[in-house]
Amino acid sequence: MSGDRGRWSDEHNCYLKNIKQKKILVLLCQLLFLVGFFGLWEIATHLGWIEAFIFSSPSRMWRMFLSMLSAGELFTHVWATAAQVILGFILGTILGTVIAAMLWWSDFVRRVAAPYLVVFNALPKTALAPIIIVWMGNNPRAILVTALLISVVVTILNMLTGFTSVEPDKIKLTQSFGASKLQTFTKVVFPASLGDLMTALKINIGLSFVGVIVGEFLVAGSGLGFLIVYGSQIFRMDMVMMSIIILCVMAAVFYQAIAFIEKRFAAWLQ
Amino acid sequence: MVQLRDISMNYHSAEGEIAAVSNVNLDVAKGEFVSIVGPSGCGKSTVLSIIAGLLQPSAGCVTINGEQATKNCGQIGYMLQKDHLFGWRTILSNTLLGLEIQKKKTAQNIEYAHELLEKYGLGEFKLHRPHELSGGMRQRAALIRTLATRPNILLLDEPFSALDYQTRLTVSDEIGGILASENVTAILVTHDIAESIALSDRVVVMSNRPARIKNIHTIDICRKDGSRRKSPKFAGYFDKIWEELREDVRG
Repeated sequence: MSGDRGRWSDEHNCYLKNIKQKKILVLLCQLLFLVGFFGLWEIATHLGWIEAFIFSSPSRMWRMFLSMLSAGELFTHVWATAAQVILGFILGTILGTVIAAMLWWSDFVRRVAAPYLVVFNALPKTALAPIIIVWMGNNPRAILVTALLISVVVTILNMLTGFTSVEPDKIKLTQSFGASKLQTFTKVVFPASLGDLMTALKINIGLSFVGVIVGEFLVAGSGLGFLIVYGSQIFRMDMVMMSIIILCVMAAVFYQAIAFIEKRFAAWLQ
Repeated sequence: MVQLRDISMNYHSAEGEIAAVSNVNLDVAKGEFVSIVGPSGCGKSTVLSIIAGLLQPSAGCVTINGEQATKNCGQIGYMLQKDHLFGWRTILSNTLLGLEIQKKKTAQNIEYAHELLEKYGLGEFKLHRPHELSGGMRQRAALIRTLATRPNILLLDEPFSALDYQTRLTVSDEIGGILASENVTAILVTHDIAESIALSDRVVVMSNRPARIKNIHTIDICRKDGSRRKSPKFAGYFDKIWEELREDVRG
């Protein structure tokens, strides 16, 4: 692993070079695709292949971006969505983990809850969003609850699988030291399930986005979901497309943040 | 020190009832090393779990130093087939697990864990992660984890069977040496006849399920001076025990 290249044989150096070249090639192609996609889009609207009014174009989106940015409203919308996603993500993960822990604790409760969890998991939670808005009112809290509802069930199922698949002998070992049920959970079951928590985090960030955008579709006010619906209603496709591009960037940033956390835990999880 | 009186154990499942252990009586004296050998699946491990208080026997009772065995008595150290060191802890913090659970993490006890690690060649690996150590070292660390709580009795459930053969010979001699020098009372469950003779004062031979005690052999070879496997008496014990076991082993 040391950077001491002189110690390796020519064959190995060649092998390393090969790997590096492949990596660069992949990155280059990815970039090329991105540039090609937007370039083609722009050209297609200029040459009249597609109608810029309906399909928008990169240059029109950019102008929309700049004008909303200078008006100061863009940041408000982005932040509204980001804050809801982060909050829904964190609360969904915590709540899901806590409920999973309770189900792990009691075999009886777990068996009673099992069929309901299965149904609730299969149910498209977005179908419940209108009900939530009626109950909670036309406000950001309704959006948060929608996001929570979507991510919580998956977290419960994921974490419960993690908790219940800890090696029985590891539990036996701690019990031979006289561990209580709480100690068994905190010393073995939970730390051994951190890999599953990482998986849950990755799934949850996507689900939290779905919940927040659907919520914003229904609860008018602010946020990127609002911009998308509002823009499509007044036929400002530049606004819609720009919001979607921003969503893509946000999703990538959040995913990378979680990948970073996972990397830091990787050594720990071995 | 440890007394088993008329221990019987039945397992229940929807398919029916299985008698795993039947009428076992055994006394283990302080500082004694007793091995239990028997055909695989005969209920040897069940006996250990009962002594540890992790399982309640269907009949009979276990006393340790005159007290009824319970899960929380803190008198027991248990070693399992795999080392089960936790990957998220360093070797040192793994060895402190028992002390943490029993809320005995005093400066004195931590010092004792350090001493054990130093004494048995893991001093420089204290802050390493388990996956950085060899199988033998990991099993030694697992032993120190149990010894750190100063158990009155150590239960070993085929602790070497997950290791490859060469490592197994070295580690079983090493661990035997550690146990002899720390003067621990131990009960070892194994299916390896040679291992049981090499390590113990007495070998208990068990029958097929439901496990009964067929015979108890007192091994009259000095335990302290090096490998017992070289003793001329070794083969004699081996043949006798194998003869008794063979009747019960199904191919």
